[in-house]
Amino acid sequence: MVWWEQERKAIIELIKLIKEGKELKREGGRKKKKKRSTKEDMKLSALHQSYLNRRNNSFRSPAALDSSVDGSGKSLAAVFWLVLHCLCCLISLVLGFRFSRLVFFFLFSTSSTNLYSAPFRPDLPLKHLDVRTIGRNLDPSPVIGANSTATAATKSSRVVVGRHGIRIRPWPHPNPAEVMKAHQIIERVQKEQKTVFGMKSSRTVIAVTPTYVRTFQALHLTGVMHSLMLVPYDLVWIVVEAGGATNETGSIIAKSGLRTIHVGFNQRMPNTWEDRGKLEVLMRLQALRQVSKNYLFCLLEISGIVVREEKLDGIVMFADDSNMHSMELFDEIQRVKWFGAVSVGILAHSGNAEEMVMSIEKRKEMEEEESSSIPVQGPACNSTTGELIGWHVFNTLPYAGKSAVYIDDVAAVLPQKLEWSGFVLNSRLLWEEEGESRPEWVKEFGSLNENEGVESPLSLLNDPSMVEPLGTCGRQVLLWWLRVEARADSKFPSGWIIDPPLEITVAAKRTPWPEFLPEPPTKKRDQMPLPRGNNVVVIPKQQHPGKIRKPKRRSKRNKHEPKPTDTTLLVSSSSSSKQHQERN
Amino acid sequence: MIGLSSSELGGSAGDVLDDDPVGRLKVFVYELPSKYNKKILQKDPRCLTHMFAAEIYMQRFLLSSPVRTLNPEEADWFYVPVYTTCDLTPNGLPLPFKSPRMMRSAIQLIASNWPYWNRTEGADHFFVVPHDFGACFHYQEEKAIGRGILPLLQRATLVQTFGQRNHVCLKEGSITVPPYAPPQKMQSHLIPEKTPRSIFVYFRGLFYDVGNDPEGGYYARGARAAVWENFKDNPLFDISTEHPTTYYEDMQRAIFCLCPLGWAPWSPRLVEAVIFGCIPVIIADDIVLPFADAIPWEDIGVFVDEKDVPYLDTILTSIPPEVILRKQRLLANPSMKQAMLFPQPAQPGDAFHQVLNGLARKLPHERSVFLRPGEKLLNWTAGPVADLKPW
Repeated sequence: MVWWEQERKAIIELIKLIKEGKELKREGGRKKKKKRSTKEDMKLSALHQSYLNRRNNSFRSPAALDSSVDGSGKSLAAVFWLVLHCLCCLISLVLGFRFSRLVFFFLFSTSSTNLYSAPFRPDLPLKHLDVRTIGRNLDPSPVIGANSTATAATKSSRVVVGRHGIRIRPWPHPNPAEVMKAHQIIERVQKEQKTVFGMKSSRTVIAVTPTYVRTFQALHLTGVMHSLMLVPYDLVWIVVEAGGATNETGSIIAKSGLRTIHVGFNQRMPNTWEDRGKLEVLMRLQALRQVSKNYLFCLLEISGIVVREEKLDGIVMFADDSNMHSMELFDEIQRVKWFGAVSVGILAHSGNAEEMVMSIEKRKEMEEEESSSIPVQGPACNSTTGELIGWHVFNTLPYAGKSAVYIDDVAAVLPQKLEWSGFVLNSRLLWEEEGESRPEWVKEFGSLNENEGVESPLSLLNDPSMVEPLGTCGRQVLLWWLRVEARADSKFPSGWIIDPPLEITVAAKRTPWPEFLPEPPTKKRDQMPLPRGNNVVVIPKQQHPGKIRKPKRRSKRNKHEPKPTDTTLLVSSSSSSKQHQERN
Repeated sequence: MIGLSSSELGGSAGDVLDDDPVGRLKVFVYELPSKYNKKILQKDPRCLTHMFAAEIYMQRFLLSSPVRTLNPEEADWFYVPVYTTCDLTPNGLPLPFKSPRMMRSAIQLIASNWPYWNRTEGADHFFVVPHDFGACFHYQEEKAIGRGILPLLQRATLVQTFGQRNHVCLKEGSITVPPYAPPQKMQSHLIPEKTPRSIFVYFRGLFYDVGNDPEGGYYARGARAAVWENFKDNPLFDISTEHPTTYYEDMQRAIFCLCPLGWAPWSPRLVEAVIFGCIPVIIADDIVLPFADAIPWEDIGVFVDEKDVPYLDTILTSIPPEVILRKQRLLANPSMKQAMLFPQPAQPGDAFHQVLNGLARKLPHERSVFLRPGEKLLNWTAGPVADLKPW
């Protein structure tokens, strides 16, 4: 019975050992495993070793378990295993995992050099494994948790079946240097994609914009500028300004970061839409001359004027400053060979809602005539052959007699028959020399006489039928035409910078501070009707008094009066035009 | 390395793939009773769409292919159409328990009705066994290893999806094929090629198989769990267990797609990555990839040892961009994509043809294939007792 006593002691030791191992295993069993220090490893292996020594003292070998037990002890052995099994079950219930696996690992992995700790140390190669096929001997036993079975063939596999540790490096978080490298790789891949799948050879886009300084200029020009900044191709922006090149326009377009050519035109923009249209044509032609000439000014504020001998090569498109362009437009115009046309959506906005309703009704009355009420101007194609047969033109009849004449009229602004913005042309058409590259159906640009009246870009051509329709033959509307301007006498701060700063402010409604401040004794006060919106109303200085007035400011105000750019501002969200007139 | 011409690229990846097997071999298809194939399929038509469907489509292809011959005397290879992977659970996973008996019963049938099996003991016959561990017919690796390849198939050529070096279940001379991935479905999810690839690493799938391996460490040998633990908060790694509807589209927007092992080292992810042009990052030690003798996988994919998974981000970011671009160019080769698919009807260069090419490359048969009369090499009673029962 000596071995039984020894056995019991061994079991107690085993349990102690397993409790320690359990703690380690529990750490391992949970999803967060950390790399163990070598000290712990040594400790584990020392414990392991001592345990094995004990085991080997009491038993010759675990595989020879059955043989070492004599006949009389056989039933005792069975009982022993049963007791051990029950113990394991109980412990498993408590711990929540299969405890017997751990036991068998410690019992039977005597000769395998592959320790349980091996997976935690990624530097330890798994090559020199000497695994045995334990599977056959332990058929009735549960699947072993250790790295047990392997190929029965002569070659031993590098890969072993069974439980492996989950390797986690010491600092499992992103490394910023690597993130940067990855982003560079992504950029490189995308660049390659663009060259392989995107546009094979993209041509420079030359955008021509006629403009002049007025209230809505900042609005319109910023819109065009942002659209052009998004264009993925090389871009040259030619801005022709009526009334000469001004700093105001220059400062707006400088913000774009694009290559710009700011050209002044020495006539002021007239007050009627018709004349404005004519002047714009002249301005565009001036810009085209810029394209065709053999010098190119690149105005850089910092580095002075650089003159280069170069003609602009690319695709000329007309980006009127109040139009709205889609990005697909710029992709589509790359396809043009010489002269192309796109469909333009016409937004004939009428300032007066009543007028609009009436015109719609009138249009319905005229419904017997199938006049196209689609607000689109562009090429029309033969549906079968896809060739250009004519032009869709915006139907201006409903607006007859009611269209705006002056720029600030409250009425619909109508487009020309064919707006310039719907056409694009290859800049080589405009070059003066090299006649052989230019087709015969294009007039020579240098000899164009604008005094004869250049209505639409088709006058640049000898044969208008050679125009290429773009955007699936005009079925896609790629840009929209709109004309919206403020009143002719509307004033705005130069550069939209309020200088000097306004001094009198009036609190709006529904603000926590009191609306009416105690009035100073000496003044007479005109009741200023509060606007319907709840914004802050800024009262201009030279107007009749608002709520608050400080007497000593008066002299200052008088000084400011003769300033040419008045600060007549009314920031209000809900004022209609009628109220506006009242204010003025 | 930089700036390879397309002809050179085509040569390295495409020449063997473009071989035409027609005229180089003849295949005889045994007429088995329909209980071995058609009836099984009728019982469960899901077999046509799951990843093991290659066995069904192979038979259909061979029946109408020009390499088929009706005269067994002139055939170089014999094909036995038995669907061993079509016994599905309600969830759709194939049960392999009856497969050994089915296979054995089929072989007994052909051995008794035709003389060709006994002539070579199956050495000029080939079988398609697309199950997890091939002809070991079990889904659990230990049990599969324990069973080993079915003894009756010791001399036959096996066409299987499983491939791992020095493994019991991959025998010498087997042909590894890709798992079945539905070509129509993948074609319908293509996005324009100029869509910029903005995801660095992409993976969707399980990291822990809580049903079968709650503690972790068994499933994928801990590799998938390591990927999750190390990179779950890394912005470059778009990894999760969700199954989005835009899975195919997302793969086309990714530069690297992880293809780690699961319970078996192979998965349809490899096929999907190749089709969608995403460089496969293969994390499976000693794996044998499909058509390894025809496709230069080292040049196309990135191989990462399972022990190096915690350093995956360093490995991937240290690949020079020129190498990445070259891999993408190789992946864009249409013959490569075609070789991974099983389209219906068959197209030149597809996986069926690659299998035939592989078979043709093994011709002519050696002398040892043909047995002397009376010589017996196979042991008809080997294997577990349960397998010997009739099917």
